[in-house]
Amino acid sequence: MDILGSLALLLALLAAVYAVVAGTVGILTRRTLLTKSARNAGMAVFALVTVAVACLEYFFFTNDFSLAYVVEHSNRALPPYYKFASLWAGQEGSLLLWTWLLSGYAFFVLFLNRKRHPELMPYVGVVLAGVQTFFLTLNNFVATPFQVIASANSAGVMHLARLAEGRGLNPLLQYPEMVIHPPMLYLGYTGFTVPFAFALAALLGRYPGEKWIHITRRWTMIAWCFQSVGILLGAHWAYAVLGWGGYWAWDPVENASLLPWITGTAFLHSVMMQEKRGMMKVWNVWLVFTTFMLCILGTLLTRSGVVSSVHAFAQSSIGTWFVVFLAIVFVVCFAAYWKNRDYLRSDNQLDSLVSRESSFLFNNLILLAACFAVLWGTLFPVLSEWVQGSKISVGPPFFNKVNVPIALFLLLLTGVGPLLAWRKTSFDALKRNFAWPLGGGLLAGVIAFILGFRDVYALVCLILSVFVTLTIASEFYRGARVISSRDGSHLLTSVGALTMRNTRRYGGYIVHFGMVLVFIGIAGTPLNKDIQKDLGIGDTLKIGPYTILCQNFDQVANGNYQSDRATLEVFKNGKSDMMLYPERRFFLTSQITETMVAVQSSPLRDLYVVYAGRSPESGRPSVHAYLLPLVKWIWFGGIVVVLGTILALIPNRRTALVLRPVTERSWTGSIADASPAMGPIASRAEGHD
Amino acid sequence: MNARSKFLVGSGIIVITLLALAYVGFTQSKTYYHTITELSTLQGSALHQRMRVSGNVRSGTIERLGDRVNFVLTEQGKDLPVSYVGRDPLPDTFKDGAQALVEGKMLPDNRFEAEQVQAKCASKYEAAPVGTPATAPQPGQTSTGSYARPSGS
Repeated sequence: MDILGSLALLLALLAAVYAVVAGTVGILTRRTLLTKSARNAGMAVFALVTVAVACLEYFFFTNDFSLAYVVEHSNRALPPYYKFASLWAGQEGSLLLWTWLLSGYAFFVLFLNRKRHPELMPYVGVVLAGVQTFFLTLNNFVATPFQVIASANSAGVMHLARLAEGRGLNPLLQYPEMVIHPPMLYLGYTGFTVPFAFALAALLGRYPGEKWIHITRRWTMIAWCFQSVGILLGAHWAYAVLGWGGYWAWDPVENASLLPWITGTAFLHSVMMQEKRGMMKVWNVWLVFTTFMLCILGTLLTRSGVVSSVHAFAQSSIGTWFVVFLAIVFVVCFAAYWKNRDYLRSDNQLDSLVSRESSFLFNNLILLAACFAVLWGTLFPVLSEWVQGSKISVGPPFFNKVNVPIALFLLLLTGVGPLLAWRKTSFDALKRNFAWPLGGGLLAGVIAFILGFRDVYALVCLILSVFVTLTIASEFYRGARVISSRDGSHLLTSVGALTMRNTRRYGGYIVHFGMVLVFIGIAGTPLNKDIQKDLGIGDTLKIGPYTILCQNFDQVANGNYQSDRATLEVFKNGKSDMMLYPERRFFLTSQITETMVAVQSSPLRDLYVVYAGRSPESGRPSVHAYLLPLVKWIWFGGIVVVLGTILALIPNRRTALVLRPVTERSWTGSIADASPAMGPIASRAEGHD
Repeated sequence: MNARSKFLVGSGIIVITLLALAYVGFTQSKTYYHTITELSTLQGSALHQRMRVSGNVRSGTIERLGDRVNFVLTEQGKDLPVSYVGRDPLPDTFKDGAQALVEGKMLPDNRFEAEQVQAKCASKYEAAPVGTPATAPQPGQTSTGSYARPSGS
């Protein structure tokens, strides 16, 4: 099986190289047959890498410890779902997963477009295959997962060995999220390759019009959605497993996953500028390029330990490969841009500061600033060592100082932007659209202040959150009212009809609402409380409205771990409310102890209890309890974001309305109307979103 | 003033504000990374910076004294006495021989006062079989090795 796996990987590399070479020659000589054969080779890569992945999984599931990778990351007693997830528990497997998911995307892109865009697709195929070639080179020659283990016999001759037992999966990874979080995140990372391929292809082939933008936007949304899910699952994993009562620590690897998400978000917004107004073409192309390069950089940071090496840790030679690849990508992108820069000339200019355009410009400016700050802070240890010779790292205060105001400004734009008209918005329209939402927001701020929110940022965040929610609600309401007054249907039915007529716009609003929920969850942070106490049986600990009574300490065991468990009864306002069982698990194979946090989650607050082990001084069990307000809103917001994105991906339902032809007159018309939402439905259906 | 220059002015204000915030955040949280060997060569203001030092916990030196935990970090034959004064419990992985990363500052008596300690159990990968990597890379967001997450930061 190891030979089959290696062979499949080698053939996949050959297929990818062939797809690049034959594809390029096909484009240059305009030979359709060659182009077709290159495309088929590109699709075959997916089948071949799938075989390799299946082979590796076969080793995990049959407990065959003759591969170094399997020995390192599995053991017999490991539950099956973790054996499955062990595929991506280490360097080699993670890179294999990358290649596999990328080849999956490539397969679908090539397959779904096999009859479409005959001018564009050959270029797309070449770019995709080029990226695959790089990763397959790593899989084959730098970090092969199919490395067998060997031991020397008494005569010193090496022969193949098979161990009886593996070393087990890192206990930190033995948590349900680990089965789903890395694939999600990697689907995000790899997914951004698709828009990159389209952008580069359109530029290289000077593909006419904005059509590539439409194709790219959908793929970007898919990748963006996976990336969002991946980031949130990672945050939830950190929250539930690491036992420190937080979900985000500005750790280099967390930052690495955030960077392409930020530029991807910027692209999804600025792409509308290009679609509707023919502006920002250069910017968009570079945003797509940058997003892809940040994905590669993220993989580099995650896999090579370049930045963690500040911790003198996890060093690996693979970094050089990524740096070289990044350099090649940059050179190719820049050359393609320079050669074809006249193709990207802008059609329009900014007309007014109070307009949809400028809100997008500010949105992009501020997202890019956030991206730059995070990148700078993450890479600073490396940069300072180059420049000054001493490694300097920056901590969470730096990231928070810069990014919290940015996030709040973005939140403001989320509310304001969609209600501004293209080109110019009058002051009257501003007043009409924003008076109520702003009033509602301020009222919420007063209530929050009375309820104990004193942190300025948290208060501003809550005010803006309510403001944005109200603007979104009013958008739905006004649109639905027009429909229901026209065909007499119920208002709620009209909301559905409205949404389905322009899924992209209203799906986008739902994504915005999901982000608002996430923001509300984060705004709870300043009210966090925690307390640590050594508890004997019968002792109590008080936190907020809760009293925790320690009932018992016992031990449970299975084949994988032994566990010390605390049995805690939680009283709320004097009444017994629930039982919590925080644990400390000692994993037998790896000899590592891990805490299992017990969380009681409610929309208002999470009670988060860690059994911190026996206190070295008193010998009594020590319990650390946290009261974390509003955390649940973050995870719920994440779900709303995903649903909104899915909605936005559904094609619009055709409306019975005849679209009014758009003339210069209708632009001025919408200025007079001042609010796009007040404008006629017909011009809206073709309008912005 | 036309829209374009208004936009540029607005952008300028935003960028300058952010740069100022970044500068403040940077000075508050910058942390120098030093090896134990380097510490003895530091002079003047360099000694009072916030810093991170890594090394192995010398066996048998962990003393738990009420409000603090004392131990000795060792690296390439050089020792550094450390007092951990943070309020979070030390990670499970912190024990004799573990690889540790401490963050804090030097005291005048050449002790290191640590506010944060991260530790990694070094034993697991010492006896790696032929051809296996000596590191413990992890997927996704977890590749800081098996360092326990610093708390309260």
